[in-house]
Amino acid sequence: MLQITCPWCGPRNETEFSFGGESHIIRPVRPESISDRDWSDYQFLRENPKGTHYERWQHRFGCRQWINVARDTLSHEIYSVYPMGDPKPVFDRKEALL
Amino acid sequence: MNAAKQSSRLHKGGHINRQKQLNFTFNGSLYQGYEGDTLASALLANDVHLIGRGMKFHRPRGILSAGPEEPNGLVKLGQGGREEPNARATTQPLYEGLVAESQNCWPSVKWDVGALLDFCSSLWPAGFYNKTFIWPNWHWYEHFVRRAAGLGTLPTEDDPDTYSHRYAHCDYLICGGGWAGLEAAHNMAKSGQRVMVVEQSADWGGSLLASSDQDDITQLQKTLRELHGMANVTLLNSATAVGFFDHNMVSVVEKVCPHHLDHSGPRERLWKIRATEVVLATGAIEQPVVFPNNDRPGIMLASAVVQYLNHYGVACGRNVAIVTNNDSAYQTAFDLHAAGIKIAAIIDSRPQCTSDSSQQAEALGIRVLFNAIPLNTVGRKRIRAVQVADCSTGKALTQLGKKGLIACDCLAMSGGWQPAVHLFSQARGKLRYDEKLAAFVPDQYPDNVRVVGRALAGRYEVKRFIPTFKPAKQWLDFQHDVTLQDIDIAVQEDYVSVEHLKRYTTTGMSVDQGKTSNINALTALAERTGKAIADVGTTTFRPFYMPVTLGTIAGRRRGALYAPTRQTPMHQLLKQAGAEFWDYGHWQRPAAYPQAQETLHAAMQREALAVRNSVGIYDGSPLGKIEVRGPDAAEFLNRLYINNVHSLKPGKARYGMMLDEKGIVIDDGIFVRLNESDFLVHTTSGNAEHILAWMEEWQQCEWPDLNVLIRSVTTQWANATISGPNARKVLEQLDSDIDLSNEDFPHMSFREGLFSNSNSDAEDVPVRIMRASFTGEMGYEINVPSSYGAALWQNLMTAGRAFEITPYGVESLMILRSEKGYLHVGADTDGRTIPDDIGWSGPIKNKQADFIGKRSLLLAEQQRQDRFQYVGIEPVNGQQELTMGSHIINSEMHSAPAESQGYVTSAFYSPNLNRWIALGLVKSGRARIGEGINIFHRGKTSPAKIVAPLFFDQEGGRLHV
Ligand SMILES: [Zn+2]
Repeated sequence: MLQITCPWCGPRNETEFSFGGESHIIRPVRPESISDRDWSDYQFLRENPKGTHYERWQHRFGCRQWINVARDTLSHEIYSVYPMGDPKPVFDRKEALL
Repeated sequence: MNAAKQSSRLHKGGHINRQKQLNFTFNGSLYQGYEGDTLASALLANDVHLIGRGMKFHRPRGILSAGPEEPNGLVKLGQGGREEPNARATTQPLYEGLVAESQNCWPSVKWDVGALLDFCSSLWPAGFYNKTFIWPNWHWYEHFVRRAAGLGTLPTEDDPDTYSHRYAHCDYLICGGGWAGLEAAHNMAKSGQRVMVVEQSADWGGSLLASSDQDDITQLQKTLRELHGMANVTLLNSATAVGFFDHNMVSVVEKVCPHHLDHSGPRERLWKIRATEVVLATGAIEQPVVFPNNDRPGIMLASAVVQYLNHYGVACGRNVAIVTNNDSAYQTAFDLHAAGIKIAAIIDSRPQCTSDSSQQAEALGIRVLFNAIPLNTVGRKRIRAVQVADCSTGKALTQLGKKGLIACDCLAMSGGWQPAVHLFSQARGKLRYDEKLAAFVPDQYPDNVRVVGRALAGRYEVKRFIPTFKPAKQWLDFQHDVTLQDIDIAVQEDYVSVEHLKRYTTTGMSVDQGKTSNINALTALAERTGKAIADVGTTTFRPFYMPVTLGTIAGRRRGALYAPTRQTPMHQLLKQAGAEFWDYGHWQRPAAYPQAQETLHAAMQREALAVRNSVGIYDGSPLGKIEVRGPDAAEFLNRLYINNVHSLKPGKARYGMMLDEKGIVIDDGIFVRLNESDFLVHTTSGNAEHILAWMEEWQQCEWPDLNVLIRSVTTQWANATISGPNARKVLEQLDSDIDLSNEDFPHMSFREGLFSNSNSDAEDVPVRIMRASFTGEMGYEINVPSSYGAALWQNLMTAGRAFEITPYGVESLMILRSEKGYLHVGADTDGRTIPDDIGWSGPIKNKQADFIGKRSLLLAEQQRQDRFQYVGIEPVNGQQELTMGSHIINSEMHSAPAESQGYVTSAFYSPNLNRWIALGLVKSGRARIGEGINIFHRGKTSPAKIVAPLFFDQEGGRLHV
């Protein structure tokens, strides 16, 4: 079970959060002006990296704030928790254990 | 019944309490042991070696080990609801009155019918299930196999005990209370940091308790005393670390109240411990030696034999043969010898020892045979002799007599030591195969995990030897009855991956997870395929290290506590009114209010009639209520609803619908504009939490620039809804400052005001009334603060007495809304339904602005005319029952197979129309209104007709009176 440090509440168990998938997906400003393909990419295409994944979680059974989390999908190490709207921080992937 | 004497108990020694004698029953016979015994040590003290039967061949099996790795000594423990299958005799503390029985045998462990399987064992080779049961089909064999195979049986009664969960945090968690773990704890505790130590056994000390050295025991007791005295140290015994999860979360199962004692506390407790650093002091597990017929009762691990001797004062035999490939078993021989037990011989597969152990043995007069291996064993229910061969020739050692036989009544074997790396591996630590130790040892460490003691590096140099003798069976996995021959078959059939081998032979896949078999199986695979063991690799260790009972996983979440229940403020009043409560989401709500002798169906019919004929009252408190406030509230909601929100005037309500980004309808409900900047959004009761989260996600993640406050007020407001032609007359009798006339307060509008309190000293009560309807009748949804909910209900019941006001439940409401064709999202829609499918393309065409899901509605797929569309369905014979879930098929089709053209989503008998009505999703439904169809349900068809989804008061005049 992950331990996620909520910027507002401190370190909490994963069970207090709900997962919101990849973060930094921007909704098209004028959806009607883009192609079907671009619209479907926005909805369905997601990164599936072996390494740092930028994702968003809601502290649902806590302060209910959405937060960004940079997590290594291999080691589950959490490199950073940062507010919505902040740019993606960059991390060098650590030596993989598995 | 006379208690048998403890004939194998030594007169002195061991850490048992000889003052406290305990009676227990095994397979119906009464025995005695001492406090401090395990079930296994007590059985062995009574010279009981035959404890069970193998799973596949039903061969007699005895105790192999003295710990949790035990593959054979699984028993059924306790009786009734406290019956526990697969209890390990080697870890089960003995208690007064313990009742245990063997598993896997019928009619008894001594005379077992299934043992015949052993004589036709060619029936059960590797891949047996995969190969044999393809033809004619598995079901033909299933009955026989299920009876013959499997471990234990499930208890049938409810477990009367309780189980609990507990969270804990510490700086250091030490898994293992042997010497290495206690020493680490002692060092770390000095700094004042929080230390927790968990030990699987009831006794602290691990393998130190098997030591014959009194200084070891003295040192152990001193350390334990000091640890007990430290406030920052928590010691948990009978507590096994079973799983290592992300970020140093370790789950630990603690046996709290043994079931024979009081039942005041939980029987087991699941700890979830988060530690800054985890120290693994899990020790090492001795491995068996592979040789023909190595599974007879009396053949045991050498470490177990010495543990029974020194820890429990039990002689596992009086004439013990030792079989080894390393030096550790020599100590077993020395301790046994010192206790006056005869050592038949030490049979060592190596040319010499790595220490002076053999000289010591010779000095004691113990015969040591080097380059020697067991060729076979004799004795069906207990070993009687071992046949010894030269390991290079495979021929019997004739120096011992013609057949090379050595008589013995116990064979103590040591095939080397495998560190217990399960938790290390679960923590994503990487292992390395150490040639010298012939074991997998920790190599690359995860952060904040360290390993101490024997878990680090096993114990002794080992030379493992996998023989090639045939055809006698040589066991690798005692618990799953996998032999060396099964590996041979798998290799012959070109299985080379260890993961495939494991699944094909099922080695290491039983409840012991191969604690005493994986290494030998890997060595055999490597040897047979000509690879290095390091290249063969090992399979992945997964939680749990030990089997965990379902009761422990469930904890308190059973019965009434399985899920939270929610009751409305009116609950007691509804109960008094005869409510039959069903669960709707987490809410307990009245399905209907059956009166004396009345069926639920009759109650629903009566209630639905009463609403149309006079007035009904409904507890709508669970209705989702979300306030959206702020200067950008209208803009925010305009982006979520398919409707135009900006045009809504204060005090007005509008029926709205929300889509997901795929264009699928996710919720509907009425939203109200309270004033220029504040809105009250109503959601379906089951969706209240989901829609709140939905709004928060869009607001926080996508549109943080919009100045909006979102908060749920669902449980802040109790809601009593009155509906029917006399609804206003009832409400008028309550003293409020709201003008209720149809002109001032028409359908789809909203008023806030005050109810004057009947207690003149008390303050007036705020009220929010929405005039809306889900029944098709004049309706008022009256909201007051929750604490006034019961009073509101009572006042309305009193006011409605003259009109025979009738409480109606959720199911009755479903009849009423179906008569009107009012959609129920989630029932009349599915995961494909878009607004046009339910006849709601109008608001979208009139709305210029973008909203969630709009773009998807433009996709070609969503424009097709043959989509499943929302329609009404009438049976040709109005008294013909319709069932939700029935399929719609063409009118020419009368049996399966036929194309399903949709299905019935709601079906009720309408008391106002005196016939069955239904709603459904039907392919090209709207264009087919008037068409005859057949309804297919459970193999039968009945004729019906597609109609518009509106059966009652087509003009809607009853809403606007
Ligand atoms: Zn928080």
